[in-house]
Amino acid sequence: MAFTFAAFCYMLALLLTAALIFFAIWHIIAFDELKTDYKNPIDQCNTLNPLVLPEYLIHFFFCVMFFCAAEWLTLCLNLPLLAYHVWRYVISNFLHPINYETPAGSLEPAFLALGCRYMSRPVMSCPGLYDPTTIMNADILAYCQKEGWCKLAFYLLSFFYYLYGYVFHFRICPSC
Amino acid sequence: MSGFTNLNSSAGYSQNSTPNGGAAPPYQNGPVQTYPAMYPPAGYYGAPPQQQGYSTIPGHAAPAPNKAPVTNNAHSANYYHNNHQQQQNHLPQHRVAPSPYSAPLSSAPPSQPYAALPSAAPPPTNAHYNQQPFQPHPPYATPGSYYGQQSYHPSSARQHPSLVPVTASGPGAPLYPIVSYPSAPGSSQYGTLSSSQSTSAPVGMPTQMVGAPLHQYSAAPPPSTTAVQPGYGVGPPGQTAPTVVNGQGSAAQNAVHQHYTQSHQASLSYDSYSGVPPGSGGADTDQPPSGTPSTSVHSSPGHHQGGDTSSSTTGSASPVPNSYDSLEGGSYPDSMPPSNDMTNQAAPYGSYGYPSMQSAYQQGPASHTDASPSHDLYGQSGYQQYSQPFPNLSQLSAALGGLSGVPELEVEALRPVNLLQERNLLPPRPLEAPEPNVSSDLKKVNCSPQTFRCTLTSIPQTQALLNKARLPLGLLLHPFRDLQQLPVITSNTIVRCRSCRTYINPFVTFLDQRRWKCNLCYRVNDVPDEFMYNPVTRSYGEPHKRPEVQNATVEFIASSDYMLRPPQPAVYLFLLDVSHNAVEAGYLKYFCESLLENLTKLPGDVRTRVGFLTFDSTIHFYNLQEGLSQPQMLVVSDIDDVFIPSHDSLMVNLKESKELVKDLLTSLPEMFSQTRETHSALGPALQAAYKLMSPTGGRITVFQTQLPTLGVGALQAREDPNQRSSAKGVQHLGPATDFYKKLALDCSGQQIGVDLFLLSSQYADLASLACMSKYSAGSVFYYPSFHYIHNPAQLEKFQKDLERYLTRKIGFEAVMRIRCTKGLSIHTFHGNFFVRSTDLLSLANVNPDSAFAVQMSVEDSLADSSLACFQAALLYTSSRGKRRIRVHTLCLPVVNQLSDVYAGADVQAITCLLANMAIDRSVSSSLSDARDALVNAVVDLVSAYKSNVSNLQQSGLVVPASMRLFPLYILALLKQKALRTGTSTRLDERVFAMCEFKTQPLQQLMRLVHPDLYRLDNMSDQGALHLNDTVVPQPHLLHLSAERLSRDGAFLMDCSNVFYLWIGKCCNEMFIRDVLGCPNYASIPPNMVSDSKRCIYVSPSMSGNDRE
Repeated sequence: MAFTFAAFCYMLALLLTAALIFFAIWHIIAFDELKTDYKNPIDQCNTLNPLVLPEYLIHFFFCVMFFCAAEWLTLCLNLPLLAYHVWRYVISNFLHPINYETPAGSLEPAFLALGCRYMSRPVMSCPGLYDPTTIMNADILAYCQKEGWCKLAFYLLSFFYYLYGYVFHFRICPSC
Repeated sequence: MSGFTNLNSSAGYSQNSTPNGGAAPPYQNGPVQTYPAMYPPAGYYGAPPQQQGYSTIPGHAAPAPNKAPVTNNAHSANYYHNNHQQQQNHLPQHRVAPSPYSAPLSSAPPSQPYAALPSAAPPPTNAHYNQQPFQPHPPYATPGSYYGQQSYHPSSARQHPSLVPVTASGPGAPLYPIVSYPSAPGSSQYGTLSSSQSTSAPVGMPTQMVGAPLHQYSAAPPPSTTAVQPGYGVGPPGQTAPTVVNGQGSAAQNAVHQHYTQSHQASLSYDSYSGVPPGSGGADTDQPPSGTPSTSVHSSPGHHQGGDTSSSTTGSASPVPNSYDSLEGGSYPDSMPPSNDMTNQAAPYGSYGYPSMQSAYQQGPASHTDASPSHDLYGQSGYQQYSQPFPNLSQLSAALGGLSGVPELEVEALRPVNLLQERNLLPPRPLEAPEPNVSSDLKKVNCSPQTFRCTLTSIPQTQALLNKARLPLGLLLHPFRDLQQLPVITSNTIVRCRSCRTYINPFVTFLDQRRWKCNLCYRVNDVPDEFMYNPVTRSYGEPHKRPEVQNATVEFIASSDYMLRPPQPAVYLFLLDVSHNAVEAGYLKYFCESLLENLTKLPGDVRTRVGFLTFDSTIHFYNLQEGLSQPQMLVVSDIDDVFIPSHDSLMVNLKESKELVKDLLTSLPEMFSQTRETHSALGPALQAAYKLMSPTGGRITVFQTQLPTLGVGALQAREDPNQRSSAKGVQHLGPATDFYKKLALDCSGQQIGVDLFLLSSQYADLASLACMSKYSAGSVFYYPSFHYIHNPAQLEKFQKDLERYLTRKIGFEAVMRIRCTKGLSIHTFHGNFFVRSTDLLSLANVNPDSAFAVQMSVEDSLADSSLACFQAALLYTSSRGKRRIRVHTLCLPVVNQLSDVYAGADVQAITCLLANMAIDRSVSSSLSDARDALVNAVVDLVSAYKSNVSNLQQSGLVVPASMRLFPLYILALLKQKALRTGTSTRLDERVFAMCEFKTQPLQQLMRLVHPDLYRLDNMSDQGALHLNDTVVPQPHLLHLSAERLSRDGAFLMDCSNVFYLWIGKCCNEMFIRDVLGCPNYASIPPNMVSDSKRCIYVSPSMSGNDRE
């Protein structure tokens, strides 16, 4: 048996991560276009929103695969992102983890706590995260851009990690 | 004859120019004097081939090309009347009016006498027109030449109202003449302008005279202008148009006319540039604008011939394409019908404009007639009133530096105030905005704080400094405010920076004669030739004296470059709830009454269209097409898939169908008096309204009295009345569904604004409903517990609000862009709008009562500049179908000292901005978070000030004097309905209060937050104002504290939208008798409501001091 289930998982994850990298790049470009006034926010949200759930599901899918393959280390590496996705899409509506309580002497002025908190998913009838009426807020725009870059970095690193994992599992299989 | 009219007009002027003409000026946009040659790509609209192109591509302008074809037809019919015009000219056989159109013909008799001026001339005009039979020709000569070589005979034109375009396809065809012709007297969109000009040419003279004295460029004092007025007013009869056209032809001209001729030739060449063939056609084109008015131009030098030559200097500037108008906004009395204003605006502006400007110059030596673009002029005393030192760049930048500080002011603003010791914090008079610490020259031209205000009038240099100050940086804008005086500029090229597109403004730097440096991006731009010309002195080389550079608030008449489609007409759709609940509340009768009363005052022109939709569980459309004997009601009961039963007869031209509209409004209240339908299908009705309006854009006014229960957008009652006073946190401040938001975004995309009147006695989920206005730039009005019998106070308020709402100015298809000096950036916007990009707001409708707030941040250090500028440019279509740009520019100094930042802090603006932020916070997070953050903001400021600035080691709460009211205002804010907890507040009222905070202008908001309290019974004349022989006492502001009330006094509290009069038990009986008309205290009726502009509630205090 030259091809273990783990190796298969890594191969699959490799391919899917490549797709996720494209998603992330698309995300970054889209927000950059918004920032530079190239696109109408309504159009941009209409193109971005349908991509949010697929991305999360793909990531969730290979997390499940790694779970089945008992690749605990890999799963652990992916868990923070998984948790973030769940928080971003579901929980942030009910929790307010970002608390701007600024004690005297902190760097941030207290009135910043008055800013709108956009991290929760808006009331929407369709799937997605982005609301054209709030997306142009400087905070959320910066947040989304940062999110895109972080994800891109994460996916790129994990791409090479999966490549390594794939080769590793392919090589150490008993029959080789 | 004309002398007589001129007399009239100067009388009118003196009325208008008085600064206290304070009534709402619904027609402020009106008196635009437009110059056909002003539209550079006239060929684009004027040349026949292109018009043909238009007619074949209706989708070109249709905002949604994939709409049903019928819709498109309707649209093009409205926008491209000229198509049909053209077609008539090309296909004469269609001029034979077929029988169906005899109805419109007979039903529009007033348009008959005007021949080629079908409907632009209103009946009153007619009288004037007939009195001037000697000038019948120029009017139609103009359009004829303007539209190229087509022969344009009065006789053919006369038939226009009864004609039908053959190309019009579909069922809507027979309706076209009704909709389109009257509004387009033989012209394209721009033809409307030009033809109305020609129409009113005879009448235009007097009305123009009204406009003339308003050309006050900064220093021109009105009285002197008025004095000049009769001077050139007498002249006209002697002159005739032809002499004017040719310029040289004017025989008895003095030397100055050489200049005139030159400039006139310039304008002729300009005409050729604009696509109109030169020669006779070109001359004709030139004629209507310059013709009639320039009679008086000529007369003006003639009249003043012996006197000062300066008058001729300015007077002869008229034919040059650069023209300015300084109009007094809102000077047109309400009683004047809009059509009259139409003629007013049509008056050729130029030549009358300039003579008035001379008044400013008359103070100077009259010898500068031979104005050459030499610099010697600046040395002359006459120019010293324009204190901007133009040529000396170094001087200018030194002056701009804000270095010439105002020490006394600053010291006073910085005086540490210990809040624990000082008790009297309020100034005796309502607090004024702090003046920016810039040089006095700049101060003079800076934007009015009522329009444009910054929270920090000294901008901190870096973000670090801003953070250290612990104060928010932001702008408060009231861009479309009713203005008393507004310079309107008609110019071919609107001068803007080439890289950042900033409009030229008083704070730019002129490097030399030909170059100016943008004050926002510092790019050096060329001064276009046209801008070099200064019509004031009729000379080149004085670009710094143009009104753009003399006024921080100006309005441009925009050319077609600023249009995505031809300007839309004013379109109003009223969406009325007629369910049982609505009939119970009884608003319908009062709405109909009010609309009937104000039907003629609705802002608009001859193209204005209206429509009505009523809904309960079904949707009722009203066919108001002209020619029907009575309105037809069309009921659509399929609310799941709403369709429009008839496309063309539902939105009708107000002018033509006025009788039917009146019929409908009279019968509407009775129609539903017996209804038993309790459901409300608001969502489907809104969808229908959207479909009805999407071809044109416009305004939808929604009257809703209950929770929508049927179809899409149905809502649930979410409020738990037992939780109203819970301190734990208020739920459901956000919308329950995104239906209304999506609808609003769709509407915004089609340039439709939705205004909501909610008259509900029960919970109606305003949090969800308000979204329809929030994102389509509408307004929200809420009348809790409205009932026409049980709640007279609300009824009163409703009627007043409605009257103001119907008659106030309106701008359509607007966008507003806010630019700021490089280094500053916009963080967040607050208000009702849709943010289309980082600095651009899309406003489907803009109204004079809505304001905006903007949070800013400092991105890069501003160290290399001493001034920071903000420019808000609002591009909109006036109700008369003109594209206009209103530009406000604010200039503030940049400082690098924390103490300077505090000295320039504007406590009212800061409070308002924080209130806006707190509303956001309470919706997106929770109310308690927002309240905590507000309190923290004060604590933060006090500690920051103590540790950084105040070097006095005193204990207690020390704040700078400029911010001494900050804690008070924040505490007052926390007691507002929007943000209070612990007191029973209905959710809808809370949400409405939040909406108010987001949209009200600062002055209103501050009185709402912290009302002004005055004692009335012991007013003295000390420090009183003397206005027009009346003495206006200036009572002192009192703290809002029970200790200030006394039993023997009478107090007035001004809460912005309501006045409270508090009468003490032992109040002087004479006062009660004089003011309230009651013999003594005991006889004051409870709940007395006064019938004033704002309601006054009189609450006799029963037990002394503790009664509000």
